[in-house]
Amino acid sequence: MADLHKNNKVDYESIAESEQFKHFMKEKRRFTVPMTVFFLIFYFLLPICTSYTTFLNTPAFGDISWVWIFAVAQFVMTWVLCTIYVRKANSFDEKVEAIIHDQIKKGGKA
Amino acid sequence: MDPIVVFLFIAIVILTLVITYFAAKNTKSTGDFYTAGGGLTGWQNGLAIAGDYLSAASFLGIAGAIALNGFDGFFYSIGFLIAYLVVLFLVAEPLRNLGKYTLADMIHSRFDSKKVRGAAALSTITIVLFYMIAQLVGAGALIQLLFHIDYWIAVLIVGVMMTIYVLFGGMIATSWVQITKAVLLMAGMVIMAFLVLWKFDFNIAAMFTEVKTATSHGAAYLEPGLKYDDPLGTISLMIALVLGTAGLPHILMRFFTVKDAKTARSSVITATWTIGIFYILTLFLGFGAAIYVGQNEILAANSGGNMAAPLLAEALGGNILFAFISAVAFATILAVVAGLVLSGASAFAHDIYGQIIKKGKATDREQMLAARYASLAVSVLSIILALGAQSLNVAFLVSLAFCIAASANLPVILYTIYWKRFNTTGAISAVLFGLISALVLVSMSPSVFSPEAGAALFVGNPIFPLENPALVSVPLGFLGGYLGTIYSKEQDLKRYAEVKVKAHIGNRE
Repeated sequence: MADLHKNNKVDYESIAESEQFKHFMKEKRRFTVPMTVFFLIFYFLLPICTSYTTFLNTPAFGDISWVWIFAVAQFVMTWVLCTIYVRKANSFDEKVEAIIHDQIKKGGKA
Repeated sequence: MDPIVVFLFIAIVILTLVITYFAAKNTKSTGDFYTAGGGLTGWQNGLAIAGDYLSAASFLGIAGAIALNGFDGFFYSIGFLIAYLVVLFLVAEPLRNLGKYTLADMIHSRFDSKKVRGAAALSTITIVLFYMIAQLVGAGALIQLLFHIDYWIAVLIVGVMMTIYVLFGGMIATSWVQITKAVLLMAGMVIMAFLVLWKFDFNIAAMFTEVKTATSHGAAYLEPGLKYDDPLGTISLMIALVLGTAGLPHILMRFFTVKDAKTARSSVITATWTIGIFYILTLFLGFGAAIYVGQNEILAANSGGNMAAPLLAEALGGNILFAFISAVAFATILAVVAGLVLSGASAFAHDIYGQIIKKGKATDREQMLAARYASLAVSVLSIILALGAQSLNVAFLVSLAFCIAASANLPVILYTIYWKRFNTTGAISAVLFGLISALVLVSMSPSVFSPEAGAALFVGNPIFPLENPALVSVPLGFLGGYLGTIYSKEQDLKRYAEVKVKAHIGNRE
């Protein structure tokens, strides 16, 4: 693997300024930011609800109360978001290849 | 001592030494030593991440915490798991794209300053030492209980074993010991959870009904608030758990043992599934231990509840299962401390010696020697510290390590990848603000000062009310980075363009 700081042949500034890259970053942000905000809120809702309210202590199924359902929902959310992330990241990979093809290879760098 | 226990322990030790022997033959370059030459596949690295993460503290500690505190013990499982979403969404791929061996390498891709590298190495070493002492103290206590040998002998056994793995086998041995252990640990967990559920004819609701009357807490056992009754304290702990993982040096190092961002991604997925299933199972273990071992028995064996899982194994499957689970716990401790030694050594040998003192001009042979000497030094230092720290509370040390990781490392990582204006001064101040505020606040907290004699290090009233200061120290880390950046005029937009492109599309040079 090439060292990060040597032979700086690729013109990163022009890639960063390109519409293609900007569009890619925007799309990536539109995915990552709402997802991150969502899982952090979902996560912190648990200790906030258990600390300041008691409504989660009402039974849901037999002796299993809602707080356990909420806790297990955190696990389910993690796995679902993981799966969504992989799907989305795979589609981003294709766009990355396109950027590399158009920006770097066209720029004379093999 | 039961011959089966001894036999299984020796079998595990021999297995890990065989792994180390073969790994040593393949450890030729510095890259092999630190990152297994970047040659692990996604699932291998995922299992190794899971292995690094499922330390004795989470295997023995969480099972015990659930057995003793019911729902409040489960808070740890949730925090530790969701932490992987932070890693996956924000850190894993850019980190893999920018770094080489260490966290400091990644920050260095944007800032050339040696001070930045020094600050990052300093926080890495601090976190590693706290985490390591916690693991060694826990290991000593466990082995002392299992074998009825003195604490210092127990610490020495673990210490010598971990030094052998790292010194001879480097990251290749450490990774394979980690993978082997992760598989054994999952097998042990599944068997125990299956046996517990079997007793209830696989009716989970029946288990909840049973556990409601099994402990002295009654119905309160199934409700939150048994242990964490202070709202801000609970939230502060949850912040440290969810944000700390993305800053732990031995976890971050795991993203350099794969060849590209795509493999880093798939390893996080494997890790998240493995860890998630593991933590769900801790619930059955904790409840099982509360029902079949009983809280008094668990407390009698160890006041921290750390023996809940091995005792449950004994209650469910007799001597053989007890021996197996204890041997797995032993392997767990060995594997985790080996990973820690490696990340500590990389900060000393690669960052401080190789890059700051030798200015990146050390030959590969010199770097290898330095890495081995540093591993030896980190090992010896942490063994000595652990020998003196027997009476310290292990959970406190672990949560402190998470808090420093969240306060000192996470802000600088996120700013480096995502903030255009960020600069050298900001990077240094982010690390130092986070590190110092975490350390200072903890030293004034109820973990260090307690009015009750013997409950904490010193007798006295705590100045700062929270046991885990993450609620204050994490924002201070971010604030430090912001202020440092704003007060310095320096700015390198060209370099950021490079970092931004590399972070998101990979390093294509």
